[in-house]
Amino acid sequence: MTISFLLLAAITIAGTAAAMSLRNLVHCVLALTLGLVGLAALYLQLGAQFVGFTQILVYVGAVAILAVFAIMMTRSAEPTEPHGSSSFQLSGALIAGIVFAVLAWAVSSGTKALQVQTLQPEASVNQIGVALMHGFVLPLEVIGLLLTAALIGAGVLAMDETRGAR
Amino acid sequence: MSPMSGYLLLSALLFSIGLAGALTRRNAILVLIGIELMLNAANLNFIAFWRYGPNPEALTGVMFAIFSISVAAAEAAVGLSIILAVYRHSKTTNLDKMNSMKG
Repeated sequence: MTISFLLLAAITIAGTAAAMSLRNLVHCVLALTLGLVGLAALYLQLGAQFVGFTQILVYVGAVAILAVFAIMMTRSAEPTEPHGSSSFQLSGALIAGIVFAVLAWAVSSGTKALQVQTLQPEASVNQIGVALMHGFVLPLEVIGLLLTAALIGAGVLAMDETRGAR
Repeated sequence: MSPMSGYLLLSALLFSIGLAGALTRRNAILVLIGIELMLNAANLNFIAFWRYGPNPEALTGVMFAIFSISVAAAEAAVGLSIILAVYRHSKTTNLDKMNSMKG
């Protein structure tokens, strides 16, 4: 419970909560980037440098830009989104609150008996590369195949088939 | 409170925010973003358990987080292009108005 953890947690929570509650969708994505940067800083604080920088590259760099493009191409940037009925909103928030209560109870009751590692473990890029090339070769290949399939699939799905026929 | 339960509580809160967004927002893109937030909460759990759990030299938590990030990126790309394809047919991204599977 250091001050830096509390600060980064506050940034992350504020960013993601704003992303889920603002009216204008472009503002939502900007707030989401703030939350994801806070999360990447938390990964760095935990000692997982590679995951932190991957988070910045993939989420802040790619997914947020993709979401902004999707918002602009679907003309939903205007803050005209009609919100659902208030009882609907209330029940959604209630379900999320119950889920959080159950998770918090499980965390507080489950981590008491746990042996906590106080030594900061190391995950240098060198070690990760060696692990990827030795123990995790098959998952790496499967992920490569999945990303290729997703690339082709996203291109095919986003293609305008009516324009091609003309 | 141990530092690990702080991270786990933060991850639970992040998951709940994502769940609340996915349940209450009516725009398909925001629902997708809520799902991404839930995936990120799971990643934070993996990294926290790797940092504070036994045998960190095996790097399993870090590896799982990396693979999970790449699967989430593929999911976001395909999901957003599906939303674009649906928008081209129905001219809306409001989930309440998408009530027909026939274009």
